[in-house]
Amino acid sequence: MKAKVYVTLKPSVLDPQGKAIQHSVELLGFEQIADIRQGKYFEIALDADLSENIARQTAERIAKDVLANPVIEDYRVEIDR
Amino acid sequence: MKFGVVVFPGSNCDHDAYHVVSKHVGQPVDFIWHKQTDLSGYDALIVPGGFSYGDYLRAGALARFSPVMKAIKDFAAAGKFVFGVCNGFQILCESGLLPGALMRNSGLHFVCQHINIRVENEKTPFTSELDAGEVLSIPIAHAEGNYVCDDLTLAELEDNNRIIFRYCDENGEPSNEANPNGSRSNIAGICNAEGNVLGMMPHPERACEELLGSNDGRDIFRSLTKAVERMEGK
Repeated sequence: MKAKVYVTLKPSVLDPQGKAIQHSVELLGFEQIADIRQGKYFEIALDADLSENIARQTAERIAKDVLANPVIEDYRVEIDR
Repeated sequence: MKFGVVVFPGSNCDHDAYHVVSKHVGQPVDFIWHKQTDLSGYDALIVPGGFSYGDYLRAGALARFSPVMKAIKDFAAAGKFVFGVCNGFQILCESGLLPGALMRNSGLHFVCQHINIRVENEKTPFTSELDAGEVLSIPIAHAEGNYVCDDLTLAELEDNNRIIFRYCDENGEPSNEANPNGSRSNIAGICNAEGNVLGMMPHPERACEELLGSNDGRDIFRSLTKAVERMEGK
């Protein structure tokens, strides 16, 4: 069982790194790029015998308490069986 | 009176802080390894700069889980003094002792230079030896010093005079040009609601000797010493 956790900056928070990446992408000649924002991705391997519900709760807690800073970031959890 | 300098794996301004307390303030001071959980006997703690846990995940994010942090929270709750500098400020924000967060500098670069900060509130344990509006020349050295918080937090900080230092020009004007990292409202340092926990990005411990270009940082440590003396006198 694998939990995938996506941590992204809240929409209200400016992302200077994303802006720099966007600038580079535009220099490469890509057009029609409205915005690029940078985030973090985590894969958590969980015991295979956990129920999906418990696995999700565990990953959500890890995301909330450790992986994301709620002041500036949001998170999203996906469970892969 | 006894000071403690907290040492995490990756702290690198611990010896500077120790040096300033022992030599310029003339007070006894110990290093406190991050696994220590007994802080009895200490009156003031410095959480120094550096790269605790290599800045992995986010600056200061993993130091929050070190055993000493629970003791530091109790220490702060007891009204004793906690002073976070640079990475120490980041750790205090991550651990919830101070509000807000410190993000990547708006200019993306690691900025290492002397800057000016204005004393916004001289009625704190950390600034009593300074004057309101006084401009200090203190170095910064960070890539994640861009202070962010929501509107509600900013209003709370402003209404309760909890913004202690602002980045400013040499005339004391907190202009955009004088803001080295994009910090909201030019914030360089804030304190908690009780006023006994201060976090700041600039390094006063690197500005205590004329030889190093400035000794403007000394009065912050002097203020803290007097605050401990006042507390001991009670």
